[in-house]
Amino acid sequence: MSPSRRRAAVAVVAWLLVLAACGAQIAHTRFVADLSSFLPTAPTPEQRLLVDQLRDGALSRMMLMGIEGADAAVRADLSRAVASTLRRDARFTIVANGAADGFTAERDFVVAHRYALSPRVDAERFTVQGLRAAITQTLDLLASSAGLLVKPLVARDPTGETLAVLESLQGGQGPRMLQGVWSDGEGRRAVLLARTRASGSDVDAQAAALAAVQQAFDAGVASVGASAQGARIGVTGPGAFSARSRALVKGDVARLSTLATAAVATMLLLVYRSPLALVLGLLPVVTGAVVGIAAVSAGFGLVHGITLGFGATLIGEAVDYAIYLFVQAGERERAADAIALRGFWPTIRLGVLTSIAGFCALVFSGLPGLAQLGVYSIAGLVAAALVTRFVLPVLLPANFRVRDLSVAGARIAAFARRLRRLAPWVLVLAAAAIAVLLWRGDDAWDGDIASLNPIAARDRVLDARLRSALGASDARYMVLIRGASADASIAGAERVGAALDALVAAGILEGYESPARFVPSVATQQARLASLPDEATLRSRLVQALEGLPLRADRLEPFVAEAAAARNAAPVTPDALEGTAFAAPVKGMLFSDADGRWTALMGLRPARAVPLDPRALREAVLRTGVQGAAFLDVKAELDRLYTGYLRQALLMSALGLAVIVALLAIALRDARRVARVMVPLAAGVAVVAAGHVLLGTRLSILHLMGLLLVVAVGSNYALFLDRVGLGAGGTQTTLASLVLANATTVASFGMLALSSIPVLSALGSTVAAGALLTLVFAAAFAAPAPVDAPNP
Amino acid sequence: MRKAVLRAAAFTVIAVIHAAIAAAPLSLDALMDMLRRERPATVHFNETREMALLDRPLESSGELTFTPPDRLEKRTTSPGSERLVVEGDTLVMERAGRRQAASLRQWPQVAAMLEGIRATLAGDRPRLEQVYRVTLEGDAAGWRLVLVPRDAEVAKIVARVTLGGVEGSVRRVEIDQADGDRSLMQIAPRGR
Repeated sequence: MSPSRRRAAVAVVAWLLVLAACGAQIAHTRFVADLSSFLPTAPTPEQRLLVDQLRDGALSRMMLMGIEGADAAVRADLSRAVASTLRRDARFTIVANGAADGFTAERDFVVAHRYALSPRVDAERFTVQGLRAAITQTLDLLASSAGLLVKPLVARDPTGETLAVLESLQGGQGPRMLQGVWSDGEGRRAVLLARTRASGSDVDAQAAALAAVQQAFDAGVASVGASAQGARIGVTGPGAFSARSRALVKGDVARLSTLATAAVATMLLLVYRSPLALVLGLLPVVTGAVVGIAAVSAGFGLVHGITLGFGATLIGEAVDYAIYLFVQAGERERAADAIALRGFWPTIRLGVLTSIAGFCALVFSGLPGLAQLGVYSIAGLVAAALVTRFVLPVLLPANFRVRDLSVAGARIAAFARRLRRLAPWVLVLAAAAIAVLLWRGDDAWDGDIASLNPIAARDRVLDARLRSALGASDARYMVLIRGASADASIAGAERVGAALDALVAAGILEGYESPARFVPSVATQQARLASLPDEATLRSRLVQALEGLPLRADRLEPFVAEAAAARNAAPVTPDALEGTAFAAPVKGMLFSDADGRWTALMGLRPARAVPLDPRALREAVLRTGVQGAAFLDVKAELDRLYTGYLRQALLMSALGLAVIVALLAIALRDARRVARVMVPLAAGVAVVAAGHVLLGTRLSILHLMGLLLVVAVGSNYALFLDRVGLGAGGTQTTLASLVLANATTVASFGMLALSSIPVLSALGSTVAAGALLTLVFAAAFAAPAPVDAPNP
Repeated sequence: MRKAVLRAAAFTVIAVIHAAIAAAPLSLDALMDMLRRERPATVHFNETREMALLDRPLESSGELTFTPPDRLEKRTTSPGSERLVVEGDTLVMERAGRRQAASLRQWPQVAAMLEGIRATLAGDRPRLEQVYRVTLEGDAAGWRLVLVPRDAEVAKIVARVTLGGVEGSVRRVEIDQADGDRSLMQIAPRGR
């Protein structure tokens, strides 16, 4: 075996081994697909807690459903049917639709612990006057229309503590009731609230839960019959959204990348006139994708669905490598010799290096999602370049030739030479673009994290409606109380709750959620229980209190016995809620973190009419003086986080740019040539960014990714043009290959720009426009003839 | 003389026929007709509740307004003030400055009692018979409608609802609960 044959064999074997190893790694990879992976690992404890909660906490498990269409009675029947099906489904921990049935465990719990839980229990309550007032109220209620409901408990609970507890747990009015189930305020939808067992970030489980809801609803419609035709169910909530956005992204990526692949393949077939060339040309891309996924999997432990979708397009650049090789090799006897062609491989290598410098900005952006994309792109590009350099030439048949493009190349060269007159105008355009970007400054960038959200506006509106109907906090404003123990956090929540009660009374808040309603602090419970008189005292006070009332003390013996027993009862702990529907909400409001500290989380419901002033609330919470209590504006906090990372990504990009300039300076050793490469790139990026801004699009982190890709793709154009110039002869085929590569890029990303998902279309429009512009600009600045200079 | 005899005979016949008509057992449909024709009005009520738990009955009074086909408003003025509005499936109760809305489907026993009164006032026989087995006694000058719940769950709480009245106006509503407790609501036109 000749040394060159041996080297070829080594290359192919190494390639196959790497593919196998990557395959093994991918087989063990966990794929996730929620947007929260784009959320950072968060710098402050509060922010970390917040991100954890959004990802895995109780908030993430909430599922809201609205049934609309048909009439109220049918909607109620459907609501009952869905609830009863889902209650038997292990994937759901709670399914509530307002129907009164099936809450016996909860009622028993409240009755059993009424003296520890009732906010009205204090020493005053059990004096002669207190008893008399409370019992008189109960008698009034007994005489009222609600008497029938109160009667069974009067002998055990004549002071009405059970009702007091139920009222406080309800924390306000509760949803409107229609036909026995919850309805929205307008009576147009039956509403349900469920909690999934799986966390919101477990997208597979969320998708399954979502499907289960739809199935339960369809079965309900079938059993109700013809009158239910036309009824629909809408499901919202974090888990439902991540499941749906994954399906949406998946569907769009699949559809558009199929279209793009078809377009690119058609183009290449037309040019190559060789199916074999087409297949071989895809080898670097496929290898790049496989290595990219394996690298992300090894580095991060999991791969994000968006990484797959976007990453595959990011290494679309790899298609270009094969194009350069095939077309430029076309005029040689053997493609392998083309590799050795002076300048081909070094140019590709330099192009790859500049791309890596750009994508490093993503790796160090601090956002896990973007870091994944950076690693994927870098690993994928390196792998694709190596396959193009070492494997592809070996696999090419000895007589491999694609169609001769020198005629087309000559025409392109002639056209390109005319573009050189545009050079001054490009500079003017670039200057104007930079002026626009400087003028808009920070405004050019969208600091709203919702800009990344692929969820349709319609779904977000429905979510807001359902939350308002259910009185569920929209998880935007909350108070966190961190304490050394569960009880300390609860005690803090009680004190903050007192301050919030004043805001509710003032009409600033509609209500709030608090774990202290379900499990008051030990001190509060003990104080309540200690205020109960002993048996003998209670009996004698009752006799006085009941003077003149139609109720005789001896009828209330059950009350005397139970109150006496309660004096010695142990306080209710969060564990005591187990087995009731209260357990899950309390777990969502009271939890410990890894270092054993506890957090109580109080969701606030702002009054509908007035917008909430976060500053006033922050001050109100501060004034309580509760240690470890903090008011949190979740949206503002997330936006702040996101903006911080956007800034960091921009800074990293600037650094990457500096690295690229340095690389070029070292490789090209000529300031004029560096300028010839850099000016078209910078102009292309600036014009695309300014164009988006002028068209009213605010740039997101996805646009930044697109711009980095423009640098990656465009650097190849500029480098090749820098090397070959626009002269006659063999260099013209290089020009043809650049135009072909550019056409494929513009076609595939142009396809992506058609996506209904904002993030995908942002990426598509940026890259398609940017790739086209950089090629034109690079031609405008190209030298008229090949540069005879030292090669990089 | 013959003429006088004849006239007397005629009077007698007419009187007998009239009496016969007046005393004739009232049909349920005829009663429903009369109830339906009654013009909506606000009436005064006096309610007495007897409970085994209590030594003496609880008294309350206020006003009732029925608006066909299904809106019933009960305003209690004594001893406490309370307002209860039932319309369709929705029940709204206002007491001590608090307003609570509920759906009748939540409280089948309460719903049955209210429906007995509402459907009777509306003269809606099908709705009444959907919830109750109905028997009617008496005549137009004094009738008694006895309602026994069909639903076993409801019957565990409400044994019987008895309404009494004169022609198209309901004068008393008696509710017998399964545990022996009972309530009686007496109704009179306002101002009396």
